[in-house]
Amino acid sequence: MSTEDVLKSKFPDDALTFSQFRDNHRVVVPAAKLQAIFNCLKSDLGFDMLSEVTAVDYLEYEGATDRFGVVYVFINIATGERLVLKTFVNDPQPTLPSAYSLWKSADWLEREVFDMFGITFTGHPDLRRILTPDEFTAHPLRKDYPLKGRGERHNFPIVTRADS
Amino acid sequence: MAMKDVPDNIFMTTLDAAASWARANSLWPMPFATACCGIELMATASSRFDLARFGAEVMRFSPRQCDLMIVAGRVAMKMLPVLQRIWLQMPEPKWCISMGACACTGGVFDTYAVVQGVDRFIPVDLYVPGCPPRPEQLMAGIISLQDKIKHGGTLNGTEFARRDHSTGPIPFDKDELIRIREANEQLISLN
Ligand code: SF4
Repeated sequence: MSTEDVLKSKFPDDALTFSQFRDNHRVVVPAAKLQAIFNCLKSDLGFDMLSEVTAVDYLEYEGATDRFGVVYVFINIATGERLVLKTFVNDPQPTLPSAYSLWKSADWLEREVFDMFGITFTGHPDLRRILTPDEFTAHPLRKDYPLKGRGERHNFPIVTRADS
Repeated sequence: MAMKDVPDNIFMTTLDAAASWARANSLWPMPFATACCGIELMATASSRFDLARFGAEVMRFSPRQCDLMIVAGRVAMKMLPVLQRIWLQMPEPKWCISMGACACTGGVFDTYAVVQGVDRFIPVDLYVPGCPPRPEQLMAGIISLQDKIKHGGTLNGTEFARRDHSTGPIPFDKDELIRIREANEQLISLN
């Protein structure tokens, strides 16, 4: 049975949307079923590697109904099969279950998504910022964050010749 | 002292001038190379351009052994405290070259993450423009700095103590404030 058939038979009434581009298999799933689908992918379908977690901000995107899309890329190392899984979350406080308990690589990937988009992952053991400094307050890849920042660049002490 | 007793191979000078002459010709750079300009800095030190001709080839990776900081490349916000700490760790007398458009002004990277000119946060003696500056340009910069050191050096660096304010632009310039206000207005209109 293909991945698509297995997922369809396991989650018959969740309206999973499948699509394909070349050898790229994609599925859109509801956020509420994410944990169950993760379990199924790991234990029944043998996707033993989570290679990518990222997000898309659909603010002001034409025809978009949800604010954030979160994208996961799974690989089945034995067969080389790849699956792109996408789910949507919304303001306020977009939250998803963490994939850390199943795939350890989710650790830094989820921290990055948290840092850049402010999406929290419940069950993540150490959800801190990973790229921006700890004292940073914004989530810079959100579309409502100005490209030039909100003046964060300037809050450093100035070292002059006399102090150095 | 009668000048006629001094043999031909003896020069008379002041201690300050002698010290400055020695310092100018034996600069030990600290390569703070964070981006593409760093590659050009390496080329400057390599055999084709040979920075050793100007006595500045001894790149030291410990700030305690350096007296010339070359900031080559863009400095990210998260890196700035490191840059400042390294600058503070270098012993006096010391000089700083800001190399390339990014280190001087932020260059094309006018984003939230990049410092818009290191001279806002550390003192800079000399700017080398270009993206990236060619090695010849950096060498011209080092030669000008040598000139500056020969004319302005001191034995104990006391002239630096008088420069107690930043020589760079004011960190909150008017453009920046306008940008921040616009960004906030945009944000309000979005919500
Ligand atoms: S000035 Fe140009 S070459 Fe130098 S760091 Fe910036 S982008 Fe790179």
